[in-house]
Amino acid sequence: MAASEGALPKEVAVVHEEPRGGLAVAVWATLKRDLVLLLRRRSEVLNPLVFFAIVITLFPIGISPDPALLAAIAPGLLWVAALLAALLSLDSLFRADYDDGSLEQLLLTPQPLALLALAKVAVHWLLTGLPLALMAPVLGIMLALPAGSYLVLAVSLALGSASLSLIGAIGAALTVGLARGGVLLSLLVLPLYIPVLIFGAGAVQAAIFGDGVLAHLAILGALLALALILAPLAIAASLRISING
Amino acid sequence: MSLRLQARNLACERDDRWLFRGLDLDIRAGEIVRVEGPNGSGKTTLLKILSGQLADYEGELSWGGRPMREARESFLANLLYLGHSPGVKAALTPLENLAWYQALAGQPGGEAARFAALEEVGLAGFEDVPAAQLSAGQQRRVALARLALTPRLLWVLDEPFTAIDRDGVAALEQRLVGHARAGGGVLVTTHHGLTPCAELRRIRLGGGAHDGGI
Repeated sequence: MAASEGALPKEVAVVHEEPRGGLAVAVWATLKRDLVLLLRRRSEVLNPLVFFAIVITLFPIGISPDPALLAAIAPGLLWVAALLAALLSLDSLFRADYDDGSLEQLLLTPQPLALLALAKVAVHWLLTGLPLALMAPVLGIMLALPAGSYLVLAVSLALGSASLSLIGAIGAALTVGLARGGVLLSLLVLPLYIPVLIFGAGAVQAAIFGDGVLAHLAILGALLALALILAPLAIAASLRISING
Repeated sequence: MSLRLQARNLACERDDRWLFRGLDLDIRAGEIVRVEGPNGSGKTTLLKILSGQLADYEGELSWGGRPMREARESFLANLLYLGHSPGVKAALTPLENLAWYQALAGQPGGEAARFAALEEVGLAGFEDVPAAQLSAGQQRRVALARLALTPRLLWVLDEPFTAIDRDGVAALEQRLVGHARAGGGVLVTTHHGLTPCAELRRIRLGGGAHDGGI
């Protein structure tokens, strides 16, 4: 470390009233950082996908390989398995940052915490929810999902999993300070997942029966819009509570 | 307006025990305030309260004469806090770590500024090594590079000397004094003996006594 006397810029001595620099820069940097971090710990990205694939494989083995029976329950099975897979990866959303001290740094930035948290959730969805949605049609073939409902399955999961990430992040933020928050997180979050599950699985059922798809997708979209507005604020408040404790 | 962080009649209770009570504190430009006390005497808690992270305390905090509640945004825009954990991501390189802090602080200056800050803390040549492969002292140095990277008026440093070698300690001490002389303020806890100088003041915690002030 070099001696630094006189090396400090003149601006230091002046109190700044406003945060310097733009919010967009901070949000973009957080997005980029989290993407790089997750892509370097590839197992965390792959675990939910492998879990999803294995769970779906178990159903034909456990219930019956009869295509008619499987086709009837496929929408619900796919949705429940995807929901659990998304839940599996939620616990680590803020925990690594909490452990290494970068979460307290995040809370001390003059930028709005809700938007920075939203960036973190966006990365979670991009690397968990979206891959699950893209993978679901392939697993749908295994469950003899009727033709014509594959696209709706992917779209409903893409929309729904974004809501799941947002809602789940509130629980993750609340339990980040606890040593074993995983189970508590599931108990907190699963009841809140029910509306998304109803309309998500409903959309796929509607596609099979041939009407009302758009209505279900519209409600999923509305749920997402609501979650996008309210969840970031709740996540920010929850993080502050966790750090305070 | 110059730097002024004030605390009046500050008290904090943990598990039915007063960590400190009736603590008055005044940090101005050009001062290094060292918080002393044995382990568990509430040094970290005090620093967290003063940096606006903990809300369960009694007493009043003010920044530049305004209550902290109103001045929080201005306060955060002038604060650099280094906690117990360095806040360095093990999977990222020092350069990537600093890039995030730079963007978060809204600090202009690109990669050149990051290289310069890392060189200043003796990490030249380690810019692209994942932090997981660095020693504890080197990781701490990555965090300390933020002092040069994002100039801030008030430094709140919790045990900044942890895991730093002797040369590094001397350089960091000089850096603190330099910051105070340039018109900044420093609030620091350390078990390491700081060389006495005109800018240094001490606050002692612990023993349940309320010995606020110098």
